[in-house]
Amino acid sequence: MALQITESCVNCWACVDVCPNDAIYQDTPHFLIDDGKCTECLGDHSVPQCAAICPIEMAIVDELGAFLNPPGSLTGIPIEKLKEFGLWKEAA
Amino acid sequence: MELPVISNTAPASEGGGCSSSGCGTAPDALGHLPDHIRAKVQDHPCYSEEAHHYFARMHVAVAPACNIQCNYCNRKYDCSNESRPGVVSELLTPDQAIKKVLAVAAEIPQMTVLGIAGPGDPLANPGRTFETFEQLSVRAPDIKLCVSTNGLNLPQYVDRIAQHNIDHVTITINCVDPEVGAKIYPWIYWENKRITGVEGARILIEQQQKGLQMLTDRGILVKVNSVLIPGVNDEHLKEVSKIVKAKGAFLHNVMPLIAEAEHGTYYGIMEQPEPTPEQLQELQDACAGDMAMMRHCRQCRADAVGLLGEDRGDEFTLDKIDVMDVDYEAAMVRRKEVHNSIIEQLEAKRGNVKPKAEDLGIPADSRPVLMAVAGKNGVVAEHFGHAKEFLIYEASPAGVRFISHRKTELYCGGMDSCGDGDVVGEGATESLLDRNIRVLEGCEVVLCSKVGYEPWAKLEAAGIAPNGEHAMEPIEEAVMAVYKEIAVTGKLSPSSDARKVA
Repeated sequence: MALQITESCVNCWACVDVCPNDAIYQDTPHFLIDDGKCTECLGDHSVPQCAAICPIEMAIVDELGAFLNPPGSLTGIPIEKLKEFGLWKEAA
Repeated sequence: MELPVISNTAPASEGGGCSSSGCGTAPDALGHLPDHIRAKVQDHPCYSEEAHHYFARMHVAVAPACNIQCNYCNRKYDCSNESRPGVVSELLTPDQAIKKVLAVAAEIPQMTVLGIAGPGDPLANPGRTFETFEQLSVRAPDIKLCVSTNGLNLPQYVDRIAQHNIDHVTITINCVDPEVGAKIYPWIYWENKRITGVEGARILIEQQQKGLQMLTDRGILVKVNSVLIPGVNDEHLKEVSKIVKAKGAFLHNVMPLIAEAEHGTYYGIMEQPEPTPEQLQELQDACAGDMAMMRHCRQCRADAVGLLGEDRGDEFTLDKIDVMDVDYEAAMVRRKEVHNSIIEQLEAKRGNVKPKAEDLGIPADSRPVLMAVAGKNGVVAEHFGHAKEFLIYEASPAGVRFISHRKTELYCGGMDSCGDGDVVGEGATESLLDRNIRVLEGCEVVLCSKVGYEPWAKLEAAGIAPNGEHAMEPIEEAVMAVYKEIAVTGKLSPSSDARKVA
């Protein structure tokens, strides 16, 4: 089990600093998670740290491609507004 | 010609708190400060209105991570055409930052201040931030260091701030009430969890206030920035101002909210109104009774370089500084000379005895007049059409005071040049000239070095008198001279119906 970073990532480094496993590394065009190291923070924290600090919706997904921070969950912008501005996606 | 120049705090007649402390004739808002603090800020462009005409600052973007979300910020944004907090073009490692700072300091000797302000929160990037400060304090000891923060991690880093000789800290405090905070901050990252709503805001406020007190207890100068968000914290900021002053903050900088849909921020998309220049001034005047207000802030980028209101970042991109060969020992000697000469100039200016307005023949009951100035380096310098911003001054029988600056080019021109093409910009059909004239609303005169025929006619039609008679004169003198000219016509007397002079 491991999380993944999507192309929504803006390379802000926040997740790198809080990952207990040093599983996140810089790459182009965006950071990536080493699936050999990622434990989804089990045993270290109650929630995965990258997803707890990530400021960008849809940037972190689980193995099934489900967003840990779905559209609207961080900003509180209503879904109809997100759709109007082309900022809404159902899944990765 | 000797002229009265008063501080930019509110007039004493409104119950201003500094009337007895001698700031009435100070050239900036800091006249009430003890000498040792004045000495600390006299060459700091972000802390002294007077200094910002002569001294430059730079920010290095070494701090990308953030630990809170503000409704006026969108972390996706990176547009080189924009000038606003949180925006950068090129993220730097600490080593790259040192190289850049030394190059800029050698090239622009007036640069006295290095700040770390983002694009995230510097204290959410403690490794990168403090490594930069540590290296700089050794390699460029003549540069003042400062840091801006949202305050969440401040208490835990106060000692390191003191240890690195960082004697200027800016905290952004938008509220002291968690209920208000919940409308500004959707979440914070705290103790390994994302905490939303009122609880998140409560923790943030608690940490900010604690950090503020810890800093002032250690004698570190604290400026408080607040973003004025109409309908959310406008009235509330008066209380914020009182509280932060009581805790020892020495300057309050109330800045207008920037909220445009094309920035993709919560407030932008939800059509939260920005304050008008009048709303901003009204609130700054209301808070001025409680403490010194800063009105010359340009809300600069997290990688800004140069004097406030200008950005020379393009001259110092990584590829350019890579080929620069800097002899910092030699640069320091030159820098010292330049700084001393500016300070001498300022002191000479300060020693001038300012006569009272009535000596100029201006009746004491004259109404105040707002004037816009296309100025640079303290003089009326720019062609109307070339001005990127206008400095707004108020002339009254009490003298001339700086009120604010107003930008003519409003940030980004549209989505074509800024990427993130999913978001559609609205409007933008208004001509630049019309828009710039609208920016001058409330002003009765615009002073510049030259005005073209077309803008001249449009300005007059808008009730704003163009004036090109005072090119290259010091701004305050020019404003007072024009005020006197208007006074002579009788248009400033309370009985006169003429609200506009044009």
